[in-house]
Amino acid sequence: MSTKKFMYLNRRAPYGSVYALESLEVVLIAAAFDQDVSLSFIDDGVYQLVEGQNPEGIGMKNFSKTFHALGDYDINQFYVSAESLEERGLSLDDLMPLVWEDEDDDWAEKPSIKVVSNVELTKILSEQDVCLSF
Amino acid sequence: MLHTVNKSSFERNSLKSCLNAIDDTSVILLIEDGVISAANNENSSMLAGLATEGRVFALQEDVDARGISSKVADNIKLVDYAGFVDLVEEYGTTVSWV
Repeated sequence: MSTKKFMYLNRRAPYGSVYALESLEVVLIAAAFDQDVSLSFIDDGVYQLVEGQNPEGIGMKNFSKTFHALGDYDINQFYVSAESLEERGLSLDDLMPLVWEDEDDDWAEKPSIKVVSNVELTKILSEQDVCLSF
Repeated sequence: MLHTVNKSSFERNSLKSCLNAIDDTSVILLIEDGVISAANNENSSMLAGLATEGRVFALQEDVDARGISSKVADNIKLVDYAGFVDLVEEYGTTVSWV
């Protein structure tokens, strides 16, 4: 089977709707098929990566922890919109420190999240074979 | 009256519509994704005036779920579910801006 470039476009905040959780489910499916997967987070989607989520009080599962596991599935390209962060008073420091281990570099831990401008995001999107929106 | 807003002001105009319809004696409670409007961000000015008057509340559990408790704007009061019930009791009719 040929490898395609899959982009998951996440634009919704977690918990208020089911989009964020469903996206994560589908990302894991693509990972199982050894595809080239990247994720982008724009608009309220940036809230999915905020550190310190605790949905216990609203009776929901803290699925943000799952993002930490994606590095082990070779999913390590997280593109976060700089503009979306700034509009919301957020910065990279407010996001989870997601890392992956680079087997070609003595398993060095490297950051998975890249904050990119909308211009850079446009270019990244144009390089994809498939874009799935959530 | 008690007005609840459960959508992000970045994604929907629920908060804006609520603000257009609210009278001088009513209060706003932000719940679910509505709590995003309780954080300091580019939309903070929408609620700043009402918050200064002590008329904006946000549900603590929803703030905690989204990891933004350290970002909540000054003068916005956090209430838990019991506080939500108290507000419903105190303000009578509730309007949901969904």
